[in-house]
Amino acid sequence: MTQDLVIYVIYIAFAVGMLMGFGTVLTWVERKQAAVMSDRIGANRAYIRLPYTQIKLVWLGLFHGIADGIKMLVKEDFKPRTYDWYAYAVAPWVVFTPVLLVFAVIPFGGTLDPGRLFPSLAAWFDGRTYPMQIAQLDAGLLIIFAFSGLTIIGAMLAGWSSANKFSLLGGLRAGSQMISYELVMGLTVLGLILIYGTVDLDAMVRHQSGIVLGALPAWGVVLQPFAAVLFLTAAIAENKRIPFDLPEAESELIAGYFTEYSAMKMGLFMFAEFIEIAIIGALFTTLFLGGYNLPYMTDAGFSFPWGTVVEMSHGAVVVTQVVTFLAKMLLVCSFQILIRWSLPRFRYDQVLAFAWKFMLPLALVNLVITAIVVWSHQGGLQ
Amino acid sequence: MTPYKRKTYWNEPTLTLWERAYLPEILRGLAITGGVFLRNMGRWITGKKGALTTYYPEETRWDYAPLNRGKHVLTQRPDGKPQCIACNMCATVCPAKVIEIEAGFDPTDTAHPKFPVRFEIDYSRCIFCGLCVEACPEDAIRMAKEVPGLPAEDRMQMWLTLDEMMSWQPQSDVAKPYPAAGAGQTGGAE
Repeated sequence: MTQDLVIYVIYIAFAVGMLMGFGTVLTWVERKQAAVMSDRIGANRAYIRLPYTQIKLVWLGLFHGIADGIKMLVKEDFKPRTYDWYAYAVAPWVVFTPVLLVFAVIPFGGTLDPGRLFPSLAAWFDGRTYPMQIAQLDAGLLIIFAFSGLTIIGAMLAGWSSANKFSLLGGLRAGSQMISYELVMGLTVLGLILIYGTVDLDAMVRHQSGIVLGALPAWGVVLQPFAAVLFLTAAIAENKRIPFDLPEAESELIAGYFTEYSAMKMGLFMFAEFIEIAIIGALFTTLFLGGYNLPYMTDAGFSFPWGTVVEMSHGAVVVTQVVTFLAKMLLVCSFQILIRWSLPRFRYDQVLAFAWKFMLPLALVNLVITAIVVWSHQGGLQ
Repeated sequence: MTPYKRKTYWNEPTLTLWERAYLPEILRGLAITGGVFLRNMGRWITGKKGALTTYYPEETRWDYAPLNRGKHVLTQRPDGKPQCIACNMCATVCPAKVIEIEAGFDPTDTAHPKFPVRFEIDYSRCIFCGLCVEACPEDAIRMAKEVPGLPAEDRMQMWLTLDEMMSWQPQSDVAKPYPAAGAGQTGGAE
């Protein structure tokens, strides 16, 4: 019992620390990547001076995130004269908390066997193994959709309780847009559920460790390439980033639903957005990029199709899996930032038309075709 | 009331089916930006500069004008004293009225008994027109290429003082031989 507690406390600390780290680093990645994409240098002036020396650590401007955080902490906490002060105060947390909770069901590694990792603790752990996932829930995917749906409430609450017409418009836009794209996201994932026959994320990832068509890894993106594109688009729209950032379109609505928020309350919205980039990266990795799997890798090491087998110790396997997961996640995050700095913003009616008239039919077609193929694979009419 | 009919223009853009399909063109755009990103990252990683930006105070642009009217400098005699004779002509011609000169009298220097005790320029108001340089009969004030460090905590710190203007030590000058730095004390035998 205590063993479980220790392991899960470590998992939770890892998850929270990693997400916060991703949120901070992504602000830097976003700045630098945008700068490099447009022949600029990017933020590079913030530094930390070592105490009692004149050594200034710049580190490619990595400390601008800290400067941002300090700025947000010491700024004036503006309080609008709103009739619903409680909703106003609680809205940033309603946006922020579910974003963190989503990660609880995402597997970030294979099976951990602490007894093999630390032989001195083998007796204490008594052969227990733990999947590297905070909560092993059978309904993992449903939990994700349930929690990411909560952020809609937060955005609408913020827009409504600010007592500001811009905020209200932004909140309405956020609500309609996020609900529309939530639907598309659910439908694209249904195809995967049909193929894998489960909504348990750990089982889905284990399904993706195999090989299809001779040499290709059985990743979701190979089985459902169409759904992968639709899912990523819907997920970016769900996160309200350019080209879908209509809820906060600054040229029309100042800052949309968080116009009236300042200081760290606004910081929470921004931070939630950046963590959600990481979450989308994790989710896309889990569903479509094989999670922590590398091609031809098993829990014992690599076994290539041409017969070579590379044995790896348990510790090396665990580290490889976690690093693989993080690397894939960072790659997807970087791709989202590439999209954000490449595409122009839609018009508002275009955003909703895109969801309902373009993506929803495509998702349905994809679902029907997947269903027919799966059905014929399972025996068809016999 | 007639329903609104959208005006059509002679150069109305027409999209082909390929462009209407949206996704290929999006991918093309992403390939362009991603390509630029990879190219610049390649330059950064191989030690070259992957940006068009100049780090402003540390670097000057290659097309920075050599005749740029920047910070004011006072030229010096071979003994290291300012060439200025405190005639106040620059202060008179200055359209922004930013030059303040306080003259002093030195009976030992018979050639130039009048010299500036205080020579200050208010950079919060200076318009860098260069008229002071043109007005000077003694070629005592010039404008260097370098821009002055203008940012300051308050405007009293934006006054350029005599000491700072005297710090100009060119290695070679066509007009006159300059003393080496710190040679001012030993000179004066001319």
